[in-house]
Amino acid sequence: MAAVIAAQPPRSLTRRSVRLLLLILAIGFLVLFLLLPLAAVFVEALRKGGGAYLAALAHPEAWAAIRLTVLVAAISVPLNLLFGLAAAWAMTRFDFRGKALLGALIDLPFSVSPVVSGLIYVLLFGAQGWLGPWLAAHDLKIIFAVPGLVLATVFVTLPFVARELIPLMQAQGSEEEEAAMTLGASGLQTFFRVTLPNVKWALLYGVLLCNARAMGEFGAVSVVSGHIRGLTNTLPLHVEILYSEYDYVGAFAVASLLAMLALLTLALKSLLEWRYGSELAARAPRGH
Amino acid sequence: MTRRVLPGFGLSLGYALAYLGLIVLLPLAALVWKASGIGIGGFWDLISTPRVFAAFKLSFGAALISACINAVVGLIVAWVLVRYRFPGRRLFDALVDLPFALPTAVAGIALTALYAPNGWLGHWLQPYGIKVAFTPLGVLIAMVFVGFPFVVRTLQPVLETLDHEVEEAATSLGATRLQTFARVILPLLLPTLLTGFALALARAVGEYGSVIFIAGNLPMKSEIVPLLIVQKLEQYDYAGAAAVGVLMLALSFALLLLISLLQRWSHRWAER
Repeated sequence: MAAVIAAQPPRSLTRRSVRLLLLILAIGFLVLFLLLPLAAVFVEALRKGGGAYLAALAHPEAWAAIRLTVLVAAISVPLNLLFGLAAAWAMTRFDFRGKALLGALIDLPFSVSPVVSGLIYVLLFGAQGWLGPWLAAHDLKIIFAVPGLVLATVFVTLPFVARELIPLMQAQGSEEEEAAMTLGASGLQTFFRVTLPNVKWALLYGVLLCNARAMGEFGAVSVVSGHIRGLTNTLPLHVEILYSEYDYVGAFAVASLLAMLALLTLALKSLLEWRYGSELAARAPRGH
Repeated sequence: MTRRVLPGFGLSLGYALAYLGLIVLLPLAALVWKASGIGIGGFWDLISTPRVFAAFKLSFGAALISACINAVVGLIVAWVLVRYRFPGRRLFDALVDLPFALPTAVAGIALTALYAPNGWLGHWLQPYGIKVAFTPLGVLIAMVFVGFPFVVRTLQPVLETLDHEVEEAATSLGATRLQTFARVILPLLLPTLLTGFALALARAVGEYGSVIFIAGNLPMKSEIVPLLIVQKLEQYDYAGAAAVGVLMLALSFALLLLISLLQRWSHRWAER
C-alpha cells in the first residue's frame, strides 16, 4: 500500500502535463483552423475601410443576389419541412417493409457530391436532357433559371429536417397520440395538438440547419445556375464572381454577410441545445 | 397491427415516396442512363486518361488523408471538450460546427486569403519553402476544414456516456493511463470513430466550393474530380460529365461499404 501511495505523485504530474498538452493542441487547432479563417473574412472585407465595405454591399447586383438567395431558401426549406414531417410520421408511427431502405434513401443526398447534385438536374431538364426537348417545346425553363436553383437546393438539403425528427419521434413513441385518438381527437387535431408540440424544438433545429445550407450552397447551385448576373446569381455564386474578377473587397464583403448568417445559425443552434437539450435528445449524430 | 390506430399511413408514406422519387431517384436514374451511353469501353478510356486518373488519385487520396487527420484531431478535441473544464469551453464547443454553417465558397476564399504566398499564414511558410495554396496541400487543408466537425460530433455523445468505472477498474488493476486508453477506451470508441471517419471522408471526396479557390486547379497537379465534372459540362460533354459522376459515386459508395464492414468487425472486437 505504501508503495502505491509513493508511486502516485510523479504519475499525476505527467497526467497534468498530458492534460495541458492535449488542451493546447485542441485549442490551438480550433483557433488556427476555424477561428482564423472566420477572422480573415471580416478583416479582408474591411481592408479598404468601412466606406468601401458598405459600397460593396449596396451594389444592385449584391441586392439581387440577396433577394434570390432568400427566395430560393423560402421555397426549398418549407418543401423539405413538409417532407421531413411526412417521412418521420410514416417511419416512426407505422411498421412496413423496406423501412431501412427508405432511411438510407433519405440520407443519400449527404453522400452525393454537390456538383453531382447539380449535374443530375442538368441531365434531366437541360437542353440535352431527358425532358429538355419537351420543356423547350412548351417554353419552360428550369436549368439556368430559378426552378433549377430550387431543385438543386432541395436535393442537397433534403435530409436535414427528417434526420432531426425521425430519431426523436422514434424515442418518444406513439402512446400520447394513441391516447388522444381514443379520447376522440381527429387525426389532424392529434397531429397539431400532440405531435407538433412534442417535436417543435427539434423541428426548429432541423429548419435552422436546412436554411443555413440552403442559403450557403455553392457547388450544386453553381452547376444549374448559368451565372447570369442579377438573375440567377445567389450570394455564394456572387462571391465567386467578384473574387474571380479580383474585386477582393467586394467578394469578402458579400462573404461577410454569409459568415454573419453562419454565426447567427451557430448561436441559435447552441441556444436550442442548451435550453431545450432534453427535448432535442435521442438525436442521431448530427451531420453537415 | 395494433400500431395502425393512428391515421395517415398511406398519405405520409405516399407523399414521402413520391417526393424522394421525383427529387432523388428520377434525377439519379438520368445520371446513370446518360453515363451508360458511353459503354464499358468508354469508361475504361475515361479513367485511363492521365488527367482524369490524376484527379481521382488526388480527390480520393487527399480525402483519405484528411479523414485520418480529422480522426486523430477530432478524437483529441472531443476528449478535451467532454473531459476537461476550462474557460470558454462552450464557445469552442459551438465553434466546432463552423464548417457546417459557413458556406463553402466563403471558407474557400478565406482559406486562400490565409494560405496564399502573401497571405496571413502563407508568408510565414514561404521562407521554409512550404507552399500550401495552389498545391495538393491546399486541397488537403480545405478538406480537413470541411470534414472536421464529423468526428467530434459523432464521438462526443459516446464519450459522455463512457463509464468511468471501466477506466478506474483498469487503473486499479495497474494499467497506466496510456494502456487504459489504448486497451480499454480506444476499442470502445472505435466503431463510432469509424462512423465519423466515414462521414468526413464522404464529405471531403465530393467537396467543391471550399477546395477550388485554394487548389489553383492545375491539371494533373491540383485538379479535383468535381471540378472535372464542371469542366466537362462547360464543354457540353454531358455523357463524359455523367460518367465521371457515376465513377465518383461508385467509388465513394464502395469505400463507405468497406468502412461499414470494418465497423461491424470493430464492434465484435469491442464486445470481445
